[in-house]
Amino acid sequence: MGRKLLTEHINVEGIDTFEIYRKHGGYRSVEKALKTMTPDEVVEEVKKSGLRGRGGAGFPTGMKWSFLAKPEGVPRYLVCNADESEPGTFKDRQLMSKLPHLLVEGMITSSYALGANTSYIYIRGELLYVLRILEKAIAEAYAAGFLGKNILGSGYDLDLHVHPGGGAYICGEETALLESLEGKRGNPRNKPPFPAVQGLYARPTVVNNVESIAAVPVIVNDGGEEYAKIGVGRSTGTKLFSACGHLNKPGIYEIELGLPVEEFIYSDEYCGGIWKGRDLKAVVAGGSSVPILPKELILKTAAGEPRLMSYESLSDGGFVTGTMLGSGGFIAMDETTCIVRNTWSFSRFYHHESCGQCSPCREGTGWLEKVLHRLEHGHGHMEDIDLLVSVAKQIEGNTICPLGEAAAWPVAAAVRHFRDEFEWHVTHAKEAAQPGAVYQGVLVRA
Amino acid sequence: MAKITFDGIEVEVPDGTTILNAARQIGGSIVPPAMCYYTPLKGSGGKCRACLVRVAAGSTKDPRPMPKLVASCVTPVQDGMVVENTKSEQVLDVRKGIVEMLLINHPLDCPVCDQAGECSLQDFAFEHGVSTTRYQEERRTFEKIDIGPLIQLHMTRCILCYRCVYTADQIAKGDRVHGVLGRGDAAEIGTYIENIIDNDFSGNVIDVCPVGALTDKTFRFKQRVWFTKPVNAHRDCPKCAGNVTLWYKGKDVLRVTGRKDQYGEVKEWICNECRFDKKETTDWTIEGPAHIERSSVISANHYELPVLNQSVIADLPESTQRDLEKNPPLKLG
Repeated sequence: MGRKLLTEHINVEGIDTFEIYRKHGGYRSVEKALKTMTPDEVVEEVKKSGLRGRGGAGFPTGMKWSFLAKPEGVPRYLVCNADESEPGTFKDRQLMSKLPHLLVEGMITSSYALGANTSYIYIRGELLYVLRILEKAIAEAYAAGFLGKNILGSGYDLDLHVHPGGGAYICGEETALLESLEGKRGNPRNKPPFPAVQGLYARPTVVNNVESIAAVPVIVNDGGEEYAKIGVGRSTGTKLFSACGHLNKPGIYEIELGLPVEEFIYSDEYCGGIWKGRDLKAVVAGGSSVPILPKELILKTAAGEPRLMSYESLSDGGFVTGTMLGSGGFIAMDETTCIVRNTWSFSRFYHHESCGQCSPCREGTGWLEKVLHRLEHGHGHMEDIDLLVSVAKQIEGNTICPLGEAAAWPVAAAVRHFRDEFEWHVTHAKEAAQPGAVYQGVLVRA
Repeated sequence: MAKITFDGIEVEVPDGTTILNAARQIGGSIVPPAMCYYTPLKGSGGKCRACLVRVAAGSTKDPRPMPKLVASCVTPVQDGMVVENTKSEQVLDVRKGIVEMLLINHPLDCPVCDQAGECSLQDFAFEHGVSTTRYQEERRTFEKIDIGPLIQLHMTRCILCYRCVYTADQIAKGDRVHGVLGRGDAAEIGTYIENIIDNDFSGNVIDVCPVGALTDKTFRFKQRVWFTKPVNAHRDCPKCAGNVTLWYKGKDVLRVTGRKDQYGEVKEWICNECRFDKKETTDWTIEGPAHIERSSVISANHYELPVLNQSVIADLPESTQRDLEKNPPLKLG
């Protein structure tokens, strides 16, 4: 079992209270940063750590921080993106509900590094119970003098607020999140200007994922270089993976980046193999929006190397034979999974969650869903398969925000790797739409 | 000042100008189409994606091409930028896709639509689209809502450009009672609990609407626009500048609108009194015929072959191509 940096104490009784958390070494990073380091030194440590954004894009956090514009006399903001809504991803919820003080501590240290005196945690609307937990943790931190005016006598002030969204997936996109936080409709903004220049209330703003911020205390405590020793290549540190689907032991695992995918799926330490003794068919490695990969390609890269759980290895081969690490929502599918039905299900989600602002996404996501619905229910034609690819291509890259790509990639990848199954849905339309459908000797519809 | 190259033509514009406005300074057929951008409305643009262009070189400092196509209406120019519009196959291809997307849920009820003849979507689809559709599903429909005695809302035709929302925000300040409700392809323009839009400048949403989603109820089904004659006129109005275009059929003023420029943009907003109540010639001082683009079907009160960027249109019907050969299109720019 690899090292656990974030979730080491997750199962300690009462770790969500200030005293117990403090007893287990909590808030050390705040003391260290505020008393012995300048803000720039903290940023430098995070840069050295090689920490990459855990929300999905994998952009180096330290670099993002150093892009923050710092005009004189203008307030800056740190916003934590806790609007975790990607299907298959549920790591932040666990982290926040079990270790609320870890996030609060990370927010204080990070805000200090960025020179923000007001910070926000924007939490997904459905997670109201987590909001209560966080509010309690923040109140405790205020009472203990870790938030408010003149924290620990350092002269640094910080106010931390939690704000619930309305439960829209699109508000996880950073500029839509900022709009929503400002009280407007959650529509993504046109970029440029980027949030680092004009973010919340048109002020310089950094938006970070929960897990990225939770990693900051560890980096400050142990030093960036120490953190960078964990992992492989440019994928440093540990990462939470929320494994779900047809696994013996689904759940949230903190792994050192660089763990072989095969070990993650089959080792008893982690997911413990595929349930009911079945065979693995496909894996979506980083939340529903990343391309799906069939068994052969997820266990080994196209070059035959074992595939590792790291940013580079998972994206090896581009989208032709690779995928992305994304947000760490690891969805495993056994051999009885109908890929067409699964793709339709993903598409339905994106159709429902598109904000409707720009035309390719608004119209295209609905179109994809309808065509997939037709294929799945036995009314498809051979041309529909190419139509899917073509519509996905028309959406991809032509939208304001990445939701367009998120909707297009899974469809394009499913057709790329499982075209025969799509074709079978056309040639055996009636059969495929009935319960008890058998494809290549395996029951694909119970 | 920043110097950019647009489709091989150099132009110098002030810093902060958008690519689209730089192209409009050159003018002619190289100007990207714009369905949602509206110069007088702050914050508009970037939504319809009709104006996507390829940036082949970002700037003199950083001459790398931009990885994705950018919306020219909201992207500011950089010194040394090289932009491709009609010269890029990729751009034209993507634009075809955008037309297709905008039309899949559009009712295509042009024969009964009051906007037909002066509709941006018609022009856009005609100039950049293909004449067939691959969409077999049922088109989206909405429940009809009544937004008052003056303006007709026809939501099925809407392309969600948000122009009317910005108009209500910026022209009829503080009185916005309508907006976009719902999400994705279920998003619609609506007035909350069907409030009636009641503001002295609310009629301007008709002028900014690029399609027939918001039309003038007092002009509804009166006449096809190409059978009416536009005439510029003005009056002393206590509320607005009073500079309008009157649309005549015979001796009757059928409709009053703001004056639009060649990109369909109104420069001077007019009030509802001028628009809806003053429909007698005696109310107005006539200035003379309004200038209408020769490409418009309104121009000569009869159909005329429009100005075409032929390289853009690959699959015109044969009959049209024959007509074009006989009657070569006018060249702009």
